[in-house]
Amino acid sequence: MLETLTRELTFGQAVREALAEEMRRDPRVCIFGEDVAEAGTPFKVLSGLVEEFGTERVLDTPISEAGFTGIAVGAAMTGLRPIVDIMFGDFITLTMDQMVNQAAKVHYMSGGAWKVPMVMRTTLGATRRSGAQHSQSLHAWFSHVPGLKVVMPSTPYDAKGLLKTAIRDENPVVFFEDKMMYTKLKGPVPTEEYTIPFGVADVKRVGRDITLVATSSMVQVALGAADLLEETGMSAEVVDPRTMWPLDEKTLIESAKKTSRVIVIDEGYERYGVTAEIAAVIAEGAFYNLDAPVKRMGAMHIPIPFSPPLEDATVPTEKSVFEVARKLCGQA
Amino acid sequence: MTTATDKSAANSETTAGQWIRMYRQMVSVRLFEEQVNELYTRALMPGLAHLYIGEEAVAVGVCETLRADDYITSTHRGHGHCLAKGASPDRMFAELLGKEAGYCKGKGGSMHIADPATGNLGANAIVAGSVGIATGAALSAKRLGKDNVAVCFFGEGALGQGVLYEVMNVASLWKLPVIYVCENNLYTEYTHFSETTAGDIPARAAAFGLQAESVDGQDVRAVYATAGRLIDRARREGGPSFLVCNTYRYTGHHVGDINREYYRSKEEEKHWKTERDPLKLLADWLVAQGLADSTQFKRIQSEVEAEMKKAVEFAVAAPYPSVSEAGEDVYA
Repeated sequence: MLETLTRELTFGQAVREALAEEMRRDPRVCIFGEDVAEAGTPFKVLSGLVEEFGTERVLDTPISEAGFTGIAVGAAMTGLRPIVDIMFGDFITLTMDQMVNQAAKVHYMSGGAWKVPMVMRTTLGATRRSGAQHSQSLHAWFSHVPGLKVVMPSTPYDAKGLLKTAIRDENPVVFFEDKMMYTKLKGPVPTEEYTIPFGVADVKRVGRDITLVATSSMVQVALGAADLLEETGMSAEVVDPRTMWPLDEKTLIESAKKTSRVIVIDEGYERYGVTAEIAAVIAEGAFYNLDAPVKRMGAMHIPIPFSPPLEDATVPTEKSVFEVARKLCGQA
Repeated sequence: MTTATDKSAANSETTAGQWIRMYRQMVSVRLFEEQVNELYTRALMPGLAHLYIGEEAVAVGVCETLRADDYITSTHRGHGHCLAKGASPDRMFAELLGKEAGYCKGKGGSMHIADPATGNLGANAIVAGSVGIATGAALSAKRLGKDNVAVCFFGEGALGQGVLYEVMNVASLWKLPVIYVCENNLYTEYTHFSETTAGDIPARAAAFGLQAESVDGQDVRAVYATAGRLIDRARREGGPSFLVCNTYRYTGHHVGDINREYYRSKEEEKHWKTERDPLKLLADWLVAQGLADSTQFKRIQSEVEAEMKKAVEFAVAAPYPSVSEAGEDVYA
């Protein structure tokens, strides 16, 4: 039997390894963004890439998110496979025309004649004391747009496998990374080559009494809540959709049918957010098997405040998920 | 096939045959647009129709200096660019009518014609929407070691969009083979450009280090010579440039813009049509040089008329796409 060599990598190391491997595999892959070369981004996720691949393939850009995202669209149409780095997810607002009106529509508007194989890597997540313009989780915005694919890895293993798939995809893919995970979250990553297909949810923990559907930063929160629930004799299943689009509706619905109770947890805004979409999918698909309304838990509907106790109150926590789960199961 | 080098010398080496070909191309654009007007007013064409009549010398003068593998991006007023780059009228009309046989299977329409075979990256209905795409295509050309170039057509209304300046900055820094062609037809929709545009137009591009020039956009010989020189410069790795073509839109912003006296006078329109018409200017020059006579022009007119009539008949008779086609081509 082939022994699988597995090491522990941080989330950031897993992202970097995926980028380096794909750049070695395919000379068309290139990276551009602000401070991506020698600086390796403020998060140091790209450290070492410019040394290996040179400034021809790892290009520092001006602070022009719309401009370099638009350039990526054109480059992707004509033979390169660009990866753009949008340092903070809040800055995707500056790229909206390029992503929504250009990247997402080129293939369709041209009747399939042109393709846009590009990746936008960006971040999400609060609790970094960065204030209202550096802390948002805006993945719902892109998930709303046909023509884009949206990926939200929650572990180093998923980050590497999904990013490699994103780079090989023929469509514009937006890849959201939780910036709090870059150095803080470690996990096993095999040394062998692997990719993870889009549209396949991962059951992070098998359970019986309630399903916690969680994305990105909220997967660890859900797993922590499941531990707390276990101490009270409740068995929670944690399902990570991994990609917002394509969405693995089947796995979500099956888990809901099995447990009959569901909480959907996501760090984006709850109102009109991905929690609403996932809750609707489950309500439509598992209605007759549900014993309680599907509950949503997302960020408070306020700009993210700076003051630590205020900021911490804006996002779901292990404790708040635990309490909502108890209540949903008639235990509180 | 002619090469870039022999075209770049422009006027001195341009043969009578080439000038007559350009005359025919301009007639094609004009008669195409007259048919569009007819289709639209007969309610056979859905949506909006933005006519290029009056501006023919710009598209033809520029595109005649391009190779098939050079790229263009175009605008909502883009029929002239598509035709001049080599698209065929029958499939263009079919696209305008939303037919399956159209360049984009009817999914794009008048404002989104795209065609990889002629290097047309697509017309764009967002003002300045394609400046990133054209610049990205130039990046691909450079990175992939090809000597093709990208031409970005836009109206002077695009001068109001910040993304234009973002990408010109990058094009200059990275010395990309892109030519920004600003068609100043004096009116951004219904407003004279002087009300929306401060300072000197070429100076804006010159400030970023682009080679910036202005040309009489009604004189196809001048456009051809200047564009040829700038394109050749880009092809020889001389960097990006910016060309203002001063021109005039004979008709309204769109076909329905009939009563225009609140923003421009009939005298002004008459002046441009009688004194500054690009077809007449070239024809007069050819006659004066003894290179052509009026019988040739009449023959071209009747040949192109017949071609356009046939193309319209093809498009009108062509079937609509099947409704099941709506969900195709969203993703590659």
